[in-house]
Amino acid sequence: MKTAMTLLLARDIFTIVAVTFGAFFFLAGTVGLIRFPDTLTRLHALTKADNLGLGLVALGLLPWADGILALKIVCVWVLVQFSSSTVSQLIARLAQQERPQA
Amino acid sequence: MMVALIVDVGLAILILFVAGWIVAVRSTFAAVIGFVVYGLLLSLVWVRLWAIDIALTEAAIGSGVTGALLLRTLSRLPVEHSERSANGSFRFIAGLFCAFISLAIAMVIVALPEPAPTLAPEASAGLPAVGVGNPVTAVLLSYRAFDTFLEKVVLVLALVGCWSLAADRDWGGTPVLWRYSDPDGVLKFLAQTLPPIGVLVAIYMLWTGADHPGGAFQASAMLAAMWMLTIVAGLMRMPRTNDDLLRLTLVSGASAFLLLGFAGFGIVGSFLAYPPDYAKALIVAVEIPMTIAVAATLVMLVAGPPQRRDMS
Amino acid sequence: MTSATLFGLCGAILIGLGLFELITDPHPLRKILGFNLLGGGVFLVLGVVARRGAAAGYLGDPVPQALVITGIVVAFSATALAVALVVRLSEVSGRVSLAYASSEQTDSDGAEG
Repeated sequence: MKTAMTLLLARDIFTIVAVTFGAFFFLAGTVGLIRFPDTLTRLHALTKADNLGLGLVALGLLPWADGILALKIVCVWVLVQFSSSTVSQLIARLAQQERPQA
Repeated sequence: MMVALIVDVGLAILILFVAGWIVAVRSTFAAVIGFVVYGLLLSLVWVRLWAIDIALTEAAIGSGVTGALLLRTLSRLPVEHSERSANGSFRFIAGLFCAFISLAIAMVIVALPEPAPTLAPEASAGLPAVGVGNPVTAVLLSYRAFDTFLEKVVLVLALVGCWSLAADRDWGGTPVLWRYSDPDGVLKFLAQTLPPIGVLVAIYMLWTGADHPGGAFQASAMLAAMWMLTIVAGLMRMPRTNDDLLRLTLVSGASAFLLLGFAGFGIVGSFLAYPPDYAKALIVAVEIPMTIAVAATLVMLVAGPPQRRDMS
Repeated sequence: MTSATLFGLCGAILIGLGLFELITDPHPLRKILGFNLLGGGVFLVLGVVARRGAAAGYLGDPVPQALVITGIVVAFSATALAVALVVRLSEVSGRVSLAYASSEQTDSDGAEG
């Protein structure tokens, strides 16, 4: 009985901590998007938000999902990685062409 | 629940801020990007209103495909310095008028009748005869199937209207979606990896739309996105507008509905009526050509009027 | 103040904002954006009606929800036709404006876009 309650408490604490850290990374990415001077540095900030932020939020939600739903949450994160990394590459190449720099 | 209300208030403030920003910002490109953000926030609101089917449709079509359409249009328009209509008093009067309309609608919202009239009991009472578990799918494909049929026709009509804007010498040619050079092959890699997953998700959404949130429109938006991705990456060619297979696909959605409707006349006695035992099978059978047709129409609508007589 | 009423008021303000942009902004593409904002607000009001009709074990009345789904698709097709018209207008008259282009030289075929 006691172990069941501490397990539930541990699950709650894990979710809150993971989602809070994920939200912090999203905040950091958004601040970077607003404050950084040019496209390449802004992309750098955004990939942190996408990669770590979304991953931590997904990780925090995993204890609440059972079976196939947990697999779907991880799939969402992997698919976002795919598309966001490709799009970052394409935008970076375009920014490089427009303002060639060392 | 207090926390839910805080989330709702935050979401509403965010949406209003983004909408105000779209109206006020100078650059049209920024306004289009803001519109995509607006669509995604709106789908969050739909989730909060417990309308998951609408959330999927808004994210897919309202924000995704419309955003692609607007971005492509921006690339084809000459860059203009946006001139504000210099007449300040005109804007003031228009602002008063719009504020008045908003206030009137807000008053209606607050004064909505309590208890709210609803068709949910009738909708759920008819579900066993239709054989599906998702009431929205039942409304779309059984109770109000005629509206869905007309919607297919509207989509094809919009496409015909788009195509008719081509110059005479270009009629029957190929629309141009994007011209993109991809020296790293990154886009090509994405276009080779993502579409199989996308098509699988689309089939899943179509199949599970019978009993859970999902359905034909969301699946067709996903198929359209995958097709557009392969065309933009250069892996598939945009078909010519006088291609027979394309034209057959585009009309197959409305035609399947028509066939079903007249068959309903013959078998059960009224247009678009389903015989009770075969209802679910017939619904799935008409959803499949509908999804493919709507997907093709969405892609051709984003691509626009044919531009080139020769092959691209 | 339930969440449904809150989002209904939000929809009313969105209608006002969209209508304002539709009326006052001279650029045609901004007018189309305003039309879509207006549409989003109207759909929100319909969605609030659906939410308030929660009964018979469902969390929302399915009929207005189906109406909104149909509306989103039809709004997209209207937007597509409208932007095709705007692009064609810009090709023929050389600039993006709804002002009458009587003094501009027009190409009878339409310039290649």
